[in-house]
Amino acid sequence: MEYILALTHVDDTGYALTRASLEVVAAALALANQLEAPLTVGIIGANAASAANVLASSGARLLVVSGEPFAQARYATDAAACEALCRTARSTIVLAPASARLARVAAGVAHRLNGFIDTHIGSIAAGDTIQVTRWFYRQRIEAVLTRDTRPWFLLLDAGTHVAFSGHSGPAQVEEVVVSLPALRTTVAGLREPRQDQQTIRPDAKLLLVAGAGWTKKQPDGQIHATEAGSLILGFLHATGASLGSSKSLVDQGGDGSSVLPFLTHLNQIGQTGATPRHAKGLSTCCHGEEPHVVGWRFIADRRAISLDPNCGWTRGKADVVYVADAFHVIAKLNLLLEAKKL
Amino acid sequence: MPTPLHIVVCAGIVPDPLQTLEPIAGPAGPGLKNEMVLPAVLDPWAACALYEAAALVAKYPGSKLWLVSLGPKAKLQAVMMTVAQKVSFEFVPIDGPIGGFPDAQATAAALVEAISTIQGLDNAKLLLFGGWESATRGAGVTLQLVGERLGITDQFQGVDQIEFRADGSFEVLERVEGGKHQVSTCAGTPAVLGWATGNLAEPRNNPQIGMANMRTVMPALQKAKSISIPADGLHYSSVTLPKQQRTTKVVKNLTPEEIAHELVAWIGAE
Repeated sequence: MEYILALTHVDDTGYALTRASLEVVAAALALANQLEAPLTVGIIGANAASAANVLASSGARLLVVSGEPFAQARYATDAAACEALCRTARSTIVLAPASARLARVAAGVAHRLNGFIDTHIGSIAAGDTIQVTRWFYRQRIEAVLTRDTRPWFLLLDAGTHVAFSGHSGPAQVEEVVVSLPALRTTVAGLREPRQDQQTIRPDAKLLLVAGAGWTKKQPDGQIHATEAGSLILGFLHATGASLGSSKSLVDQGGDGSSVLPFLTHLNQIGQTGATPRHAKGLSTCCHGEEPHVVGWRFIADRRAISLDPNCGWTRGKADVVYVADAFHVIAKLNLLLEAKKL
Repeated sequence: MPTPLHIVVCAGIVPDPLQTLEPIAGPAGPGLKNEMVLPAVLDPWAACALYEAAALVAKYPGSKLWLVSLGPKAKLQAVMMTVAQKVSFEFVPIDGPIGGFPDAQATAAALVEAISTIQGLDNAKLLLFGGWESATRGAGVTLQLVGERLGITDQFQGVDQIEFRADGSFEVLERVEGGKHQVSTCAGTPAVLGWATGNLAEPRNNPQIGMANMRTVMPALQKAKSISIPADGLHYSSVTLPKQQRTTKVVKNLTPEEIAHELVAWIGAE
């Protein structure tokens, strides 16, 4: 008999579950139904009980860890909270979102419980055994695996499951008491770019990928980095798209070359960057393997603008390749998008 | 100024990212075709951790740096020919399997055993560094498991910056969702830091550093303990390359304006 626990946490507001947490609840409900196993949902946050109300109709046992120490993400407190929730639920299968908060602690908690962990899970199937799918070698090889050992922790990537939605109402919750170790870390808060400079938008439908071609010499023999920057920002402003970048373009800042000032390593996609999930992706001035193979793995609908009709990395990876100068296309595109808004 | 730091960097070796990878089934589980002859490099994010560690050691006199790496001896030696020219370190090799398919828990246990044999390592001064995820398994759990086994409960993942203060405490910037950093202050060592990219460029090769390092790297490799990684109940049902090959439509004869119109329709379409 399996005992399933969905480990979740509240969002920045402190009163609601994150979307990734709701996805985990939905995945856990489906798994519990397939296995005819009892489901418990554990919630961590300063006001976890109020966040539980959204799960009132889930039929799951609801455990919460509340209080000021759990208002922010920190290894010592979150690990202690997760450990207490797992012990209370006597869980054999633990599902959790692969969020920064729980990814930081889940392996440590698994170790405390003599358990095992697999992360970046894309799908779960229950039959004679529970089989999960995940990627290896930075999204180049896909594997289906299972484990005999329990407890088994599974961290689900965001965007891989439909989020739970049910009727909100007063939920019956059980408060779990956590004994905390001496705390040596204090969390000051979040540091983020100014609102108008934030170019990473995980919830955007569209990802614009900028490659190193934007800061290379153009047909007039000159580099037009400033123009490139304003075109890219104009596009992001008009569409609400998220911005990804190739490694070579981000690295140019460190080499003292012309740079796009709003780009950081956080924008980087590919082998040493992110593999974001968006419905559509438009790559511009990219000629490498990284954006098209690794960074685009989870982009559903892909188009590219490239001067090279024979670019081997777009062939077989993009749905449509426009052989054109991205400077000209994006300039026209921005005009059309702005006109459409008026 | 903090007391001298003892920094241990855990860094695996991975196939050069430009290599084509093909999975095969072996007697000990899945692996990569021609894995032993594929050119290898130090794991990219772990390499960032190594460079950040070297910068801290240079900044705070009396500090020490160890590089702990698990892999087949021959591969470790080949990778060290380059890595050893970047920064000074003491090498702690473990002769074991390469690749992303062995289990992380058993890997962590092997790393902890190797760390516990390091002469002169003071756990009170310890900063355990590594990449927040590897380019092989990419699970982001090994460093955490090593930290837990060492009893370290101040852990940070996706680190881009560490700044020490005069009292020995330090501020850490960790990546969180949405292109933001979480800012935390830790009272001091010991701590675990899984690095993302950091802020340092890759150091240039310095043959003098390389020669100095290789004096200790080669004897360490000769003495490296051989281990195997047990499966611990992990079974692979299938290991395959993704089959998605798209039929790419190449559009050559449209003007920028025509392309822009087409893209507007595409962006707006549900």
